[in-house]
Amino acid sequence: MIVHFEPASEEGIASVVRSAAAERVTLAIVGGGTRSGLGNPVRADRTLSTRRLSGIVTYNPAEMTMSALAGTPLAEVEAALAAKGQMLSFEPMDHRGILGTTGEPTIGGTFAANVSGPRRYVAGAARDSLLGVRFVNGRGELIKAGGRVMKNVTGLDLVKLMAGSYGTLGILTEVTFKVLPVPPAAATVVVEGLNDAQAAAVMAEAMAQPVEVSGAAHLPESVRGRFIDGALPEGAATVLRLEGLAASVEMRAEKLAAALSRFGSASKLDAGQTKALWAEIRDVKPYADGTARPLWRLSVPPSAGQQLVAALRLQTGVDAFYDWQGGLVWLRMEAEAEAELVRRYVRALGGGHATLVRADGEARARIPAFEPQAPAVAQLAERVRASFDPARIFNPGRLAAVA
Amino acid sequence: MPETIGFLKPRQAVLDRRGEIIADLADLLPEGCLISDERGLKPFETDAFLAYRRLPLAVVLPETTEQVAAVLKYCSRYGIPVVPRGAGTSLSGGAIPQEDAIVVGLSKMSRILDVDLFNRTATVQAGVTNLYISEAVGADGFFYAPDPSSQLACTIGGNIGMNSGGAHCLKYGVTTNNLLGVKMVLFDGTVIELGGKALDAPGYDLLGLVCGSEGQLGIVTEATVRLIAKPEGARPVLFGFAASEAAGSCVADIIGSGIIPVAIEFMDKPAIEICEAFAHAGYPLDVEALLIVEVEGSEAEMEAMLQGIIEIARRHGVVTIKESQSALEAALIWKGRKSAFGATGRVADYICMDGTVPLSQLSHVLRRTGEIVASYGLRVANVFHAGDGNMHPLILYNINDPADAARAEAAGNDILKLCVDAGGCLTGEHGVGIEKRDLMHHQYNKADLDQQMAVRAAFDPQWLLNPSKVFPLEGRPQA
Ligand SMILES: Cc1cc2nc3c(=O)[nH]c(=O)nc-3n(C[C@H](O)[C@H](O)[C@H](O)COP(=O)(O)OP(=O)(O)OC[C@H]3O[C@@H](n4cnc5c(N)ncnc54)[C@H](O)[C@@H]3O)c2cc1C
Ligand SMILES: Cc1cc2nc3c(=O)[nH]c(=O)nc-3n(C[C@H](O)[C@H](O)[C@H](O)COP(=O)(O)OP(=O)(O)OC[C@H]3O[C@@H](n4cnc5c(N)ncnc54)[C@H](O)[C@@H]3O)c2cc1C
Repeated sequence: MIVHFEPASEEGIASVVRSAAAERVTLAIVGGGTRSGLGNPVRADRTLSTRRLSGIVTYNPAEMTMSALAGTPLAEVEAALAAKGQMLSFEPMDHRGILGTTGEPTIGGTFAANVSGPRRYVAGAARDSLLGVRFVNGRGELIKAGGRVMKNVTGLDLVKLMAGSYGTLGILTEVTFKVLPVPPAAATVVVEGLNDAQAAAVMAEAMAQPVEVSGAAHLPESVRGRFIDGALPEGAATVLRLEGLAASVEMRAEKLAAALSRFGSASKLDAGQTKALWAEIRDVKPYADGTARPLWRLSVPPSAGQQLVAALRLQTGVDAFYDWQGGLVWLRMEAEAEAELVRRYVRALGGGHATLVRADGEARARIPAFEPQAPAVAQLAERVRASFDPARIFNPGRLAAVA
Repeated sequence: MPETIGFLKPRQAVLDRRGEIIADLADLLPEGCLISDERGLKPFETDAFLAYRRLPLAVVLPETTEQVAAVLKYCSRYGIPVVPRGAGTSLSGGAIPQEDAIVVGLSKMSRILDVDLFNRTATVQAGVTNLYISEAVGADGFFYAPDPSSQLACTIGGNIGMNSGGAHCLKYGVTTNNLLGVKMVLFDGTVIELGGKALDAPGYDLLGLVCGSEGQLGIVTEATVRLIAKPEGARPVLFGFAASEAAGSCVADIIGSGIIPVAIEFMDKPAIEICEAFAHAGYPLDVEALLIVEVEGSEAEMEAMLQGIIEIARRHGVVTIKESQSALEAALIWKGRKSAFGATGRVADYICMDGTVPLSQLSHVLRRTGEIVASYGLRVANVFHAGDGNMHPLILYNINDPADAARAEAAGNDILKLCVDAGGCLTGEHGVGIEKRDLMHHQYNKADLDQQMAVRAAFDPQWLLNPSKVFPLEGRPQA
């Protein structure tokens, strides 16, 4: 039977880890468990949950920083921020829809997986918001890195390392991050009826304008109807988000629509529709379909996204839509995951990484979830890991083929 | 002056082989890429932390990544320390060599390799200067955001080494937030690539780790950076205050109100006088403190933002508000600010502190800084990136007076401890170098530092890359 630890303090976590390290007992680290389907399956002797390490430690709206214990539900963090008109700028997605999981995502899991949404392309990823961490390493030592100030180059940036390490370097106990004011107004310019290649050009053009686009996505005809209850205009929709002061959003929207008028007719979504639409793009609504059909998340140079999908279409059945100016492709396969094909095409079209976010158990057991790294980088990453967790007790297998 | 900061003892075995080593390096490199005579080595003996100097064993100036790899492989095989160097503008002594070290200078690798406007990226060699990138893409309406005041001289490699910032980083972030990828050479000569034009590579964020690692993890030879569309317009506005504390709390309130300008820079009276005498920027001379607040966007947007900022400034008793009326005036305002260190250097020797504090502590730390420096019988000028709490007290002293220099160093240490105790850190953008190395214990405990050193050792088990820097010399793990 799997023994489950739920320490309620940093010291409690440290002591579990110390005895686990001494006995070479491996630990699966769980936050809310909402992304436990993500990454390679973990085979561990015991499970350690951060569930009881919960609560906001300090929140200073005037300094735009918050510290929270790692097991704090993301929803609690977001509600506290919203009450003061602030938000997480990186728009963490909710994986429960596409993965069909339940439970509460935690702030620690969000940073451990470097979860970021549409605004990532202009405002940075979760890792860019993370200012400081406390964690327990594989020796059971409590380590702090970073702090609560915006700029800090004092020593090596272990904060960045912890972000996206999926619990393989240490167990985060507390995270300190910066937050941003919620923009008072928002609107979305919709350019209608473009094919994927035209859309890529339009999004690049939009990003080159001095109008501060904060979201650039392309929703082909096959998925368009599944967003905001079918309220987007007929045909494919290329959507560009603008945020800021109300008067400024108004003006920038006009300017942007004028600059893009030669590509197709444009319409505009109001603040309410904008909010709903971008939340659905963030959470990959069209593929939150209750199936286990293979779902890939491809991060490539924006110019390569639509080329990649066009090339794959000639080989197999796929459906796709684009975020991050076309550089983030959500690709759903009709049948098999076809990892070899997908990864070969990514390499051929300028490089990037294909992450298998969803698939049935058989495929997940066979296919490394993360893009394999170059051997020299993989060896280096392994040495880095050993410097945190020499006995390799944390999340064995999670990053396999990566680290 | 008597040196209070130590360097590692030179390795006698390396010094004894000097002739051989130079001959071997000559074989590895093309003509004109090796410096070994004393006169030629002199310009490399220090950086902008002028109080310390060490003549290196030799300087190499490779032209390609392969040559960098060949040199590192050689040095790792024979146990020779290496100090990477860009333009040598480090303010913390990060690029100061040591007697047994080979300096690897990137100055010959100064080409822009690729500008990709569709994907908004530029790929450049590490020796390209910061400003050169913005100049190269300016005509197309783009720029590279991080803008250290030294941007005319400093290199991208050095910016990555120090995770450098600048006045406009309040809105756009520092180097690490604008860096997409690097090609780098590990100490054993292995060439690796991290990141690239596709965002958020899976696996550990080694790119984020390398940024700010002060030349201790490898030598960066190429970098891919993010380009940003230039705003429609930008306007700096001067706000004069009768007291530094008022200016400090005004900054905290602007940020707290949710308005994020592109830049909020602070100058106190001594700094205003020094910069005005140098740049004739039109700074008010009858105030105790000045904020330069820059907003950007269309006319109407700038107007709307300024209204909000002016309202807040009034609540803090602003005495002068001066908007730049032309591009020329705006340029002069920034010229004055960006030449602050150079201008100060004309009136006195100085050391520049770089602690960062939470905004709520700004006024307190400013006041205490003044008291500390006065208690040592010295003067201070404050000119810094207020919007992100990154303070730069310039402690003025006479480099030729040993007692004065020792007092300046001591005052600086007290100020940095003050920053840490106020919830901040030792350095926001200039790096630890040798300058703050022995203060690291004040910010981190042993376990914290041991973890950082263990990570460092994963890259350079022999501790030969820029070895006298960042980590206290005692207590380092043995290879
Ligand atoms: C293969 C894969 C693909 C992914 N793809 C995407 C994607 O496309 N887009 C996106 O935005 N996000 C993605 N994620 C991130 C993921 O959704 C996050 O795991 C989620 O935010 C976690 O919240 P949770 O609290 O439910 O964490 P859990 O599901 O419990 O944990 C998530 C991960 O973080 C670790 N973890 C949790 N808490 C801690 C802690 N306190 N300290 C250290 N480690 C901890 C866990 O071990 C686990 O590896 C992906 C993750 C994986 C593995
Ligand atoms: C007048 C003046 C104003 C300044 N203003 C600012 C400012 O506004 N903001 C700011 O952040 N800094 C500022 N600085 C500090 C300095 O300019 C920055 O730290 C700069 O990034 C250093 O770049 P460099 O090319 O001169 O690097 P160097 O000083 O040569 O080296 C800096 C560090 O990086 C390492 N390094 C250099 N190149 C490489 C490489 N290719 N690979 C690996 N490591 C490398 C070195 O070993 C060293 O540790 C200022 C300095 C001066 C003199």
